[in-house]
This record gives sequence, structure tokens and C-alpha cells, in this order.
Amino acid sequence: MTSPSHTDATEIPDRLRGPLARMLASWEFLLLIVAILIFFFNTQASPYFLDAWNLSDATFNFTEKAMIAFAMALVIISGEIDLSVASIIALVSTSMGFAVQFGVDTPLLIVIAIAVGAACGAFNGFLVAMMGLPSIVVTIGTLSLFRGIAYIVLGDQAYSGYPASFAFFGQGYVWWVITFEMVLFMAIAILFYTLLHRTSFGRSVKAIGNNPTAALFAGIRVSRVKFILFVLTGIMSAIAAICLTSRLGSTRPSIAVGWELEIVTMVVLGGVNILGGAGTILGVFIAAIVMGLVTFGLGLLNVPGIVMSIFTGLLLITVIALPIVIRRTHRRAS
Amino acid sequence: MKLSRDTLLCLALFALVGVVYLRFPEFASPASLLGVFNDTSILIILALGQMAVILTRCIDLSMASNLALVGMCTAMVNSAVPGIPIPLLVVMAMLLGAVLGSLNGILVWKLDIPPIVVTLGTLTIFRGIIFLISDGQWVNAHEMSPSFKALPRLSLFGLPMLSWVALLSIVCMYVLLNRTQLGRAFYAVGGNPNAAVYTGIDVGRSRFNAFVLSGALSGIAGYLWVSRYAVAYVDIASGFELDVVAACVIGGISIAGGMGSVAGAVLGALFLGVIKNALPVVNISPFWQQAISGSAIIVAVIFNARSERRLGRIILKQAEQT
Repeated sequence: MTSPSHTDATEIPDRLRGPLARMLASWEFLLLIVAILIFFFNTQASPYFLDAWNLSDATFNFTEKAMIAFAMALVIISGEIDLSVASIIALVSTSMGFAVQFGVDTPLLIVIAIAVGAACGAFNGFLVAMMGLPSIVVTIGTLSLFRGIAYIVLGDQAYSGYPASFAFFGQGYVWWVITFEMVLFMAIAILFYTLLHRTSFGRSVKAIGNNPTAALFAGIRVSRVKFILFVLTGIMSAIAAICLTSRLGSTRPSIAVGWELEIVTMVVLGGVNILGGAGTILGVFIAAIVMGLVTFGLGLLNVPGIVMSIFTGLLLITVIALPIVIRRTHRRAS
Repeated sequence: MKLSRDTLLCLALFALVGVVYLRFPEFASPASLLGVFNDTSILIILALGQMAVILTRCIDLSMASNLALVGMCTAMVNSAVPGIPIPLLVVMAMLLGAVLGSLNGILVWKLDIPPIVVTLGTLTIFRGIIFLISDGQWVNAHEMSPSFKALPRLSLFGLPMLSWVALLSIVCMYVLLNRTQLGRAFYAVGGNPNAAVYTGIDVGRSRFNAFVLSGALSGIAGYLWVSRYAVAYVDIASGFELDVVAACVIGGISIAGGMGSVAGAVLGALFLGVIKNALPVVNISPFWQQAISGSAIIVAVIFNARSERRLGRIILKQAEQT
């Protein structure tokens, strides 16, 4: 989208910066400092902040969203976007609620959830990867469609009566204050870290985001990789839906409405380039914690949710604008 | 014979009305159809603004929040100072909308931030500001002055003012897009930004102008919405931005920029309007509406992709692969 008169050719420096300097200048390090600052500010702002149980409760703010954010990060790195994730949660949750009415027990519920999530993702993936349609419009369409189906099934009703064993996913503790969701969140983070940074699949995701044509010529099956990414996002949405439904104990068609925005914010805050090609899982991981700390801190200060959304919006724009402004002033100075 | 995209959409619209007519003949009466048009007016106005933005290869997801914020402001001004003449209030609404739109525009133009990120951000920020200024309170019908609520219903030659505003916007947009440099610049910028630069068009400035335009139209729609429904609160028109994008996509406006017509945007909006108004008539639960709009978007985008491959009505031909 830049004008052709000046291309962003990076100059080759005389010598590379050392590993320590590179780490200190990295986005993740900056985020970490922000996280520590917010943590410190929160301890000063509210005496209730530094309580193990309070902090444990606070993790619910971000764990479910972050699970999807990891998959979304891969989708965005590949140059696409998926705005339908919150609607997939609604549809998955509705499917589970529907199944419960027929006395289906927990193991089968999980299978149904994953299957529905994967099917939703495959539908997105088919339209985007196989038919070559723009992902932003397709997923705005499926955003409407998936939640629309939930509304058709449920109307103004709600499903409840989930089996007792189902409650573990969103309410269970593994040890002391460590919730099941926290463990799952960590496991998924490690999984996605490995996938993006340690496998050839991850390399091809980045290659596609940087230059899909070159990636194709390099022998990467671009549409297949994109298809897999959408299915993966669908599955992660289903896992988040299981946790959220289990935590709430009921399903309404308006469940998780507006989450897509917060998840995209999380990914972008984590340093993933919204135009594709670059990003790290560590960044998204820290960004999730930053956002969790901010919402928890503001909550302790009795700031209403809608006002917090101003912070989320400002955070999103500032975080993207900041590097651009810095780079521009840098270029002007040199 | 090859039918143009707009003709096809027009036929689809007739078919849709025809199907409803079979079940419920009253629906196709002129009075009822004018009612549907009136009900769709706000969507048409917004779709025209969104279209200008999409033509330049951007997207404005903040339109509904802009509408709600301007609506809340005008309602609060009206209830605080009922003496302000309504035309002045409408102009204020338009200006405020334009200012909000220019915020999006500046960020896209000067900082090169992707429009989807900017407008996702301002979508929440505007919504949050409504809560801050209104303190979560509603502005109810009895707090608004009678003339404030009367304007959209004011009948002129048998049509309510609301419809007239929509018609006026359609005419203005048609002239702007087809008869002015600014309008042609929108097409050129979206069709091929690189070539547009070589022809002396300032790409960023054109995008900025498109955002100001969509903001101004959102502002007008904000007043119309609040006065028509005679209530203002934090969540008005929440999620409406997707309907607006849907109207444009159904109307054949290419999300890749540079392609689309005013007739398409209007027909796309009317298509959704007819569905919304027909569902209760043919006894389908209104809960079906969201799924139907979603499916319509997907079908339309598949259809668009096929027709775009065939004929590119891009006014600056592809000079180089971007």
C-alpha cells in the first residue's frame, strides 16, 4: 500500500548487533517491561491485587481469548484474518447445549465441540484458501452466519444443565490456585511456539505472509497451509468455547460477543504484523498477560467494562502507530 | 446477452419481492414498498459512505459507533438546549460525524496504519465515549423536543423526510463519484494505487477524504436514527457496521477497491431491507435474519469474485503487480 517512489529497502549494517542488544531492543522485551510496570502500578492502586486467589481469578480474563489468539497469530502472519472466532464459540457452545438436552455426557460433548469448531474453520478455510476469496469479507459473513445459526436454534432462550463433570474445564483447579485453564493455556502456548518457531510448517506460514507468490514458487502449498490454519483456529475456538461454557454453566446466543476485536488486539499488541509475515508467540503470550492485567487492574478500580474498551481501542491504535512514528522520526534524523 | 451486475441484482430483488408477494400480496403494494424503502433509508445512507471508503481499498468498521456517538450528542444537546433550531442541529451532527471520520482518515493517511485496525480501534473508542458522556443513561422520547422527533416523519410530496434524505444522498453520491475529480480519484486509488500516484493523485489524501465523507454520512444517520426511534443509549445500532459492509458486498462493491456503483450499494441495502421487512410478514422468526444476511454476504462475495475475474472495470489498468 506504500507509494512506489520510495521502497523500504533495509540497509545492510556493517556489523550485527549483539544478542543482548537485540534482545533489549525487541518488542517482547518492551512488552515485558510494560507488563511489569502495570503489575507494579496495580499493586499500588489496590490492596486486593496481590492476593493469590484474586490473581488466579484474574487469569480467566485472558486465558480463553489467548488460546484463540495463538491460532489467530498464525492466521495473521500468513496474511489473512479470521473475524468469525467469537461466532464459532457461540455455535460450538450452542451445539454442546443442544446435545446436553439429549443427555450426552462430557467426553462426547468435547468431541462434538471440536468437530463443530473444526467444521466452521474448514468452511472459512475452504472459502478463503480454496476459492481465493478475501478473508476479511468471508469471515465477516461467517461471523453473521455462525452466530445467526445459534440465534435460530436458541432464539431468546438459554441452554443449561451441563453435566457436573463438565464443570472441571472452566472451574477446576489442578493444584492450589493453579486452574485447569492456566495449565491448558501454557500447554497451548508451548505447542504453538513449537509449531511456529521450530517446524517447517511455521516457516512456511511466515514465508506465505511475506510473499505468497514466492512461497508458491518455493514449493510451499500455500492454499493447503492456509486451510490448515483456519481449521486450527476453528479448533482453538472450540477449545475456548468448552472452557467458557463450562465456566458460565450456560449458553446464550450472545456468548462471547465482540471477542474477535479483543483477540485481534491481543495479537497485534504482541507485535504480530497485521499485514502478515512477522510475529512471535512469545509476544502474543506477554500481550495476553498485559491485557489481562490491565482489565483486572481497572476492574479492581471499579472502572466499567465499556470504559475499559476505550483503553483496548487506544492500546490497539497506539501500539501499531508507535513503531511507525519511531521509524519515521528515525529515518528523518539519519 | 450479458446482464450487468446491477441488473442481475435488481432482478434478484424483484424475485425476492415476488416470493413474498405469493404468500402475502399486500407486501408488494406501493405504500408498503415505500415503507420498506423508508425503513432502509439509514442503511442506504451508511452504505453510500462505506462504498466510498471501500472504493479506495479501505474499510470503515466504525460507522455504527460514529452514528451512535453523534446520535447521543445531538440528543443530549437537544434535551439540554431545546431552543437550537433542528436544521442547525443536523449540520452539527454532520460536522461532528465528519470530525470523527477524519480521525480515522488521519491515522490511515499520515501513519499508514491499516484501515481495519484503525476502525476496529475507533469502533470501541467511540462506543466507550458514549458511555462516558451519557454516564450510561438513556435520553428518552419525552426529553427530546417535538420538532426534533418530527423531522424524519415530516411528509413532503407523500414521502417522509427520512426517505428524501436517502434520495438526496444517492443523487449527491452519484454526482460525486461520476462527475467530480474527487470521485474519480476514489476509483483510481482503489483500482491501482501505484498508477494513481503517477497520475498525480494523492492516495493518502483521497483515502482521508473518503473517511471524512463516510463520517459525515454516519453523522447525519446518527441524528436520523435517534430522532426516528426517539431514544438514545449506549448500544444503539450496535453491530450495524456489519450490515453496512454486507450491503456493499451484496451490491457488488469489490473489497479489493476500485469497483462498484452507487446503484449497487443502494440495491444491496434494499436487498437486506426487503429481507428484514419480509421475515415477519411470511412468519419467519426475526432470529433468522442474522444467518440470512451472513449467507447473503458469502454468496455475494463468491459471485463478486467470479464476475471480477471476467471483467475489470478498473479505470486505471494494472501497471505492475503490487
